[in-house]
Order: sequence, then structure tokens, then C-alpha cells
Amino acid sequence: MHPAPSVILFTTLSGLGFGLLAFLGLGYPGVTGWVAFVFYAIAYGLAVGGLLASTFHLGRPERALKAFSQWKTSWLSREGICSVAALLVMALYATGAVFMDSHWRVLGIIGAALSLGTVFTTSMIYTQLKTIPRWNMSLTPLMFLSFSLAGGALLAGQESLAPWFLLIAGAVQLAYWVQGDKAFAASGTTMGTATGLGDRGTVRAFEPPHTGTNYLLREFVHVVGRKHAQKLRVISLTLGFVLPVLCLWLPTDSSMVKHLMAAVAVLSHLAGIAVSRWLFFAQAEHVVGLYYGKR
Amino acid sequence: MTELPTTTDRKMGLVIDLDTCVGCHACVISCKGWNTENYGAPLSDEDAYGADPSGTFLNRVHSFEVQPAATPAQPDPAAQLIHFPKSCLHCEDAPCVTVCPTGASYKRVEDGIVLVNESDCIGCGLCAWSCPYGARELDLAAGVMKKCTLCVDRIYNENLPEVDRVPSCVRTCPAGARHFGDLGDPNSEVSQLVAERGGMDLMPEMGTKPVNKYLPPRPKDQIEDQVDILAPLLAPVTEDAGGFLGWLDKALDKLPGQSSGGTA
Repeated sequence: MHPAPSVILFTTLSGLGFGLLAFLGLGYPGVTGWVAFVFYAIAYGLAVGGLLASTFHLGRPERALKAFSQWKTSWLSREGICSVAALLVMALYATGAVFMDSHWRVLGIIGAALSLGTVFTTSMIYTQLKTIPRWNMSLTPLMFLSFSLAGGALLAGQESLAPWFLLIAGAVQLAYWVQGDKAFAASGTTMGTATGLGDRGTVRAFEPPHTGTNYLLREFVHVVGRKHAQKLRVISLTLGFVLPVLCLWLPTDSSMVKHLMAAVAVLSHLAGIAVSRWLFFAQAEHVVGLYYGKR
Repeated sequence: MTELPTTTDRKMGLVIDLDTCVGCHACVISCKGWNTENYGAPLSDEDAYGADPSGTFLNRVHSFEVQPAATPAQPDPAAQLIHFPKSCLHCEDAPCVTVCPTGASYKRVEDGIVLVNESDCIGCGLCAWSCPYGARELDLAAGVMKKCTLCVDRIYNENLPEVDRVPSCVRTCPAGARHFGDLGDPNSEVSQLVAERGGMDLMPEMGTKPVNKYLPPRPKDQIEDQVDILAPLLAPVTEDAGGFLGWLDKALDKLPGQSSGGTA
């Protein structure tokens, strides 16, 4: 799949933003006043910024409102509704925390559930696609949710919780790669089944339908960069999980160093997740490539 | 709503004969022509006269080579070239319809045709992602998804002569490799063709239940010792003429003068 920057930005930033909102909704940390304002500003900046970035890959963004109508069947529609609901409920909860010095607990729990629901519905947009075996796995939503919780814990300053969430997310990431590498073969789809000619012999793409490229090849057959996949995986794992955990576990008494390390951990995590998300798209192989003898 | 109908009154679709298709791409061109000039946003081209031209097509013809495995009876089997037109298969369980967030994609109850309402399409591309067959292409000029409409503006069009009320690709195919009809009616010509020739689904494991069927190519003829299959037909039946022609030949030989050719 073509790793569109808008979608990578969207899933990375909004995943982190909704993760932070979930923690804030649950009262970790139970901040009020100006401190709460800063926390919510960061969370909304990430979540809304991500959502706005996602509209850049639309052909007709001016009609985006129509996307709220098909919640009965479409995960994309459900994501839209869930995200708006999460942002509205959490805005109300944030108003209480920032201006009224009070935490409306039930509202916060609902907001946290909707925030995680948004991450889940985002992941299901990819998971539902049988055409992309690497995404069509139960590990995909697990990966999105564990990343969001780990990033959220990190941003929410949960020093004791965050390292464990990060380690779990790292383990899920590894499992996703191991299973994902076998997914296409396990799907059973080959050039033989794609053309229906497989039982007659070995099928080879002899001539494509056109001399140039097309939408399908640009969108679904992305080969450039895959050759560096192993290196990028190591970079992603190191930046995303190992380095942040080391930063958090660094024994120090100075609060200055502690804050600096926390900032390094957050930025490193963000970079690692962006690399992982780039791989998520670049390595995903769509079965339509088989018609072109490509993956 | 992008819920799929549980049943459709008819299942209009195409039957494509891989045995007959000669790979001339006439269906591709006629499709592009009709669907650019008629219903919906035109099928645009990008950089059409430049170094890297590309464009939107609803129908494309691939060519595949199939190499049969060697057997004791056939130690060196010849490969077979198969031309393979591919367009929307108007699936019964169309994943492109249910993923649509706006309701722009829908499957019609009356004839099972899968269509896009272009004024509702936001161009998110998710339907193209969900289609295993590459049947949908986002038009870069219009920013909306384009797909085969089974020429919905031809097949019911009473302004056209009856013979033209079939999809443009079917009307154009010079080899007769494309057939159009109701695949939900077991007595229709297309259904009988499918039954007779063992029509098949593409990627049945995807669970999309395509309406369009492909007729498999017949096995390739065996080329045995005789390489030039026309040679037996071209060989002279007899070197010496008999009967009246024989008499005439001899009589003319006896006349004085030069005869050109033959034994004189």
C-alpha cells in the first residue's frame, strides 16, 4: 500500500491524542486549572490535528460530513461518529476540570471509553480488509490499542505505569510482524486463484494492460523502501519502546533531568510509532497486485 | 444506505470467454469512450501527451501465460497465452458497498448492479482498498470513485436501437468473447453458457460471490511431429494431370515452340 503521509500522520497523532484523553478521562492524572488546560490542549491538538490530516487524502473533502451517515455497515463512518462523540464528551469533562475544579467521574469514564473506541474503530478500518492479509488479523486492533495506551500513559506522565504499557506494546508489535510476514501465504490467494487458471499450470503475468502506471499500481503496489524493512523495524522498536523505557527507568534525583528525559521519551516514542506506521502501510500487500504479477 | 440487499430481482452481469478473447483491447477503448461521453464524471487522463501518461479505466485487459507442468505423456508441454479482460464483477457480497462511509456506493435491488452516486462520494478510496479485483479507480480530476456501471445508461435506454442495449464492451467485442445477461435466471443464455463451459469465479476464497463469470480457455492443441499444420493441405494432390487436362497437356507439348515451366 502507498504510505500516504496524511494517513500516517493521522493514525500516529490521533492514536496518541486519544490515548492521552483516555487517561485524562479516567483521572490519571486528576489535574485541574491551568495544568489541566495544558494537558487537554496537547490531547486535543494531537487528536484533532490527526483527524484534520486524514481529510487531506480525500478526493472531495468538502463532502466529509456525509461520512457520518453509514454507521450500520461502515467502520470509517463509525470512526467518524465515535471520534466526534469522544471529543465532545471529553470537552465537557475538560470544562469541569479546567474551569470548575471538579471531575465529573461518569462523564470522564464515558469519554475515556469513547476515546479508546475511536482508536479501535480506526484499527477496524484496516482490519476488516480481506484484500490485505497483513492487516486482516486480530493483532491489528490489539496493536493500535496497545500503542495508544502506551503513548497515552507516557504523555499523561504515568511514570510507574508507562514502562509496562510500552513493553506490552513492543511485544504486540513484534508478534504483529511475525504473524504478518506469514499472512499473505496463509490467505491462500495466489495468481492461480486470482485468474482462475491456477489448476492448469504456473501462471505468469505476460503483459500488463497498459504501458504506463495507473491508480491501482500507485495505491496498492508499493515496493520502494520495503528493502529497508528490517532496519526500519529495529529503528522503530528502539525509538518507540526501548529508548522511552530506558529514559523512564533512568535513576535520577534531579527533577530537571527527569523532565528532560520524559520529553526525550515522548519524542522518541512518537518517532518510533511514525516509523512503525510507515511500515504498516509500506509493507501491506494488496491482492490486486497479483494481477500485475507484483506484490 | 450501504447495507447490501439480501436478494436482487435479477443478477445482471457479464460472462467473459477466455477461450475466445484475442486481447485486442477494443472493449477497453469503447468502454472509455462511452463512459467519458455519457453518465457521470468523465474518465480523465493525466499527462496524456507527456512522458508518464496514465488515466482512469473501468475495464483493462491483462495477458497471462500459463505453463502446464510436464507429465510422462507430455514431457514438454507448450505454454498458453490467455488474454484476460477485467472489470467490476458486480459481486453479490460486495465489500466495496458496505465499507462506504457516505452511502455513495450501493447495489441495486432490481438488477444487482453496483453503482456509485458521484455526488455523495468523498473520494476516500476505501472501497477501492476493499475490492480484490482492482475494479474501482479514483479519478484524479473529479476526485470521485469510478467503476463499471454495466452501462446502465445503455441497457435500458429506449433511445437506442435494441441491438445496442447491451454494455459498450459487449457490443464492441469483435471476437464475441463477452456476453451480457441475467445470471440469476438459470434459463438465460448466459447461465446456460456458464453451465455448459464450467464458468468460474475469480478469487472465490475472498467470499465476494462475483456475479460475472469467466469461461476457462479450452486446452491448447497438441503439436506433435507435424510442425506446419497447414502443410498437408498445401501439398499437391498429384504431380501429373490425368483425364482431359492430361490429354491437353500432352497435345500442347507436341506443338512446336517453347513451353514455360514444367518438363518440356
